[in-house]
Amino acid sequence: MVYDAIIIGAGLSGLAGGIRLALFDKKVLIVEKHTVVGGLNSFYTRKSRTFDVGLHAMTNYSPAGQRRSPLGKLLKQLRFRHEEFRLCQQETSEIRFPEKSLHFNNDFEYLKQEIAEQFPDQIDGFLKLLEKIENYDELSLVNNAPVSAKDVMSEYLSDPLLIDMLFCPLAYYGSAREQDMDFYQFVIMFKSVFVEGFSKPEGGMNYILNLMVEKYRRLGGEMQMGNGVKSIRTQNGKAVGLVLDDDSELQAKTILSSAGYLETLRLCDPAPAELKEVKAGQMTFMESIFVLDQLPKDLGYDQSIVFFSLNSKFQYRSPKIPIDPDSGVLCCPNNFQYPSPLPEGILRLTHQANYDYWNELPRKDYIAAKKEQRAQALEKLFKIFPNFSESVVFLDSFTPKTIEKYTGHLNGAVYGAPEKSKNGQTPYENLFICGTDQGFLGIIGATLSGISMANLHILKN
Amino acid sequence: MTKEQVRQAILDILTEIAPDEDIHSISDDGNLRDQIDLDSMDFLDIVMELRKRFNIEVPEKDYEFLATMSSCVNYLFPLLGDRKLAS
Ligand SMILES: Cc1cc2nc3c(=O)[nH]c(=O)nc-3n(C[C@H](O)[C@H](O)[C@H](O)COP(=O)(O)OP(=O)(O)OC[C@H]3O[C@@H](n4cnc5c(N)ncnc54)[C@H](O)[C@@H]3O)c2cc1C
Repeated sequence: MVYDAIIIGAGLSGLAGGIRLALFDKKVLIVEKHTVVGGLNSFYTRKSRTFDVGLHAMTNYSPAGQRRSPLGKLLKQLRFRHEEFRLCQQETSEIRFPEKSLHFNNDFEYLKQEIAEQFPDQIDGFLKLLEKIENYDELSLVNNAPVSAKDVMSEYLSDPLLIDMLFCPLAYYGSAREQDMDFYQFVIMFKSVFVEGFSKPEGGMNYILNLMVEKYRRLGGEMQMGNGVKSIRTQNGKAVGLVLDDDSELQAKTILSSAGYLETLRLCDPAPAELKEVKAGQMTFMESIFVLDQLPKDLGYDQSIVFFSLNSKFQYRSPKIPIDPDSGVLCCPNNFQYPSPLPEGILRLTHQANYDYWNELPRKDYIAAKKEQRAQALEKLFKIFPNFSESVVFLDSFTPKTIEKYTGHLNGAVYGAPEKSKNGQTPYENLFICGTDQGFLGIIGATLSGISMANLHILKN
Repeated sequence: MTKEQVRQAILDILTEIAPDEDIHSISDDGNLRDQIDLDSMDFLDIVMELRKRFNIEVPEKDYEFLATMSSCVNYLFPLLGDRKLAS
C-alpha cells in the first residue's frame, strides 16, 4: 500500500500536519522513534509527578473569537474550540537586568508604558520600531537574505541596554542564531511574546498532546510509535521509500519530516551532496525543575516568567563553560491564572549550555556534573532572587544530551539550525520538512508549521 | 440539488469552518471575506470540503467565484445541480 503522506515525528508539527491531512481523508501515517508523543515538548513522570519537558509557557495568547491571530489560525485549521485548549493567562513577567527591570503581561500597552517610564529617551524610537514590526510580513514563505535583528534595532534604539533587554526573552524563546536573530524571526517572536503574550494549558502539555492525538486517530490517521525512520531511499531526485528501525519498508507519495533539515538529509540514502553545506544549530539549554513545599509567591517569587541577566551586556551563544549561570529564564508555573491552584509549588530554571561538554562527559561523571552545575547556577541566582533551597522537596535536571537523546535534534539544538527552509523544500521533490527548521518556532509556531506545510505541499495539490 | 440546497451546502461548510461566526446573517451579495472574517486558509478549507463532500475540484483560478454567497451558488449550481442529496 502507498500512503498519501508519511510524517516523520509525532511532535507538535507532525501531529498538526497529520490532523490536517486526516481531516481531508488523506491516507496518512505518522512514524515516531519514541514511545511517547511530543518530541521537544513532551512530558515525563518521576515519583508519580508528571513534568512538562518543554513548556514554560505557550506564547501567542489571543482571546476566543480571533480567527487571524496565530493561535486563532491554529485552532480553526485543526478545528478546535478555544475552550478546548483550557488556556490560563500569565499574571506578569519581567526582564531583569542589573540596572533596570521591565515588566510585561498580555496587555501590550503595559510594556509600552514601562519602556516610556524606564527609558524615556528611547520611547519615540521604540514606537517607530513598533511601526516597522507591525507592517512587516514575517510569515512569508519565501527565503530572503537574512537581515540582522540587532542591526534593525540599532537603527531605532540608541541605548544598548534596552536593545539587550528586548532581545533577551526573544532569543531565549526562539533564536537558533547565536548573539542575533533574523529580523523576520525577531518580528514573529516580538509579536508572540510581547504583543500577544503567555498562557499555559490547564493540565499541561500532556493534555494538549492528548487532544491532538485523539483527534488525529478519530479522523482515521495512523501512528507507529517506537519505530523510527532508519533511512529514506531516494532515486532521481525523489524519495521512493522509507525503511524503519525494524527493517520494515513503507511507501508514500509525499513525506513530511519534522526531524530537522540536516537530520532529515542525513537519513537520505544515498547521501545527498547538499549534506556538506548545511550547518547544525548550537543553541541548547540545561533546565532544572524544583518542586517546593511552599508556593513560590510565599518565597518572594511573584512573576510568571523572569528573563534575567546578571550583566548589562547579555550574551546569547553556546558558552565556553558547561552552562552560563550569568543569565537565564526562571519560570513559575503557579503564577498563571488557573481556575484552581496547582497542587505544589514549582520553579523551573533554564540556562544556555555547551553541547560538547555534556556530550563528551564520561557516563560516570554525568550525574555529579549535573549536580555541580545546578549548584553553581543557584549560587548566582540567589544573588538577585530569594533563596529557596530549604523548600525543595524534589528536583531534576536535563541537559543538551537529554534533549538530543529524546528528540534526535543534533547538538540538542532546541531551535534547530540557523538557516531555515521557509518553503519546506529539500533537494527531493516529494520530501518536505516541517517544524523547527522550517522557521516557525515554539509550540504555536511548530504547530502552525505542520499545518502550513501540509496545506502547501499536499492539500493544495 | 436545487439552488437553495446548494446554498445550504455552502452554509454547512461555513458552519464547520467557522463555528463561532453568525452564519445566518450572511447576505447574498456581500463579500464573504468581510462578513465572516475568512482568510486564504479558510478558502483552502472551503475548497477541500467541496472536494471531500461532493468530489468536485475548484482550481485556484476559480477561487474568485467563491467571493460572495450568490457567486458561490452560481458557480457551484451547474456542478452540483444533477446531484441528489444524500438522505
Ligand atoms: C527545554 C525546552 C523548553 C521549551 N520551552 C518552550 C516554551 O516555553 N514555549 C514554547 O512555545 N516552546 C518551547 N520550547 C520549544 C518547543 O518545544 C519546540 O519549538 C516545538 O515543540 C518543536 O516541535 P517540532 O514538531 O518542530 O519538533 P519536535 O518536537 O522535535 O518533533 C520531532 C519528532 O520527530 C521525532 N524523530 C526524529 N527523528 C526521527 C526518526 N528518524 N524517525 C522517527 N521519528 C523521529 C522525534 O522523536 C520527535 O518526536 C521548548 C523546548 C525545550 C527543549
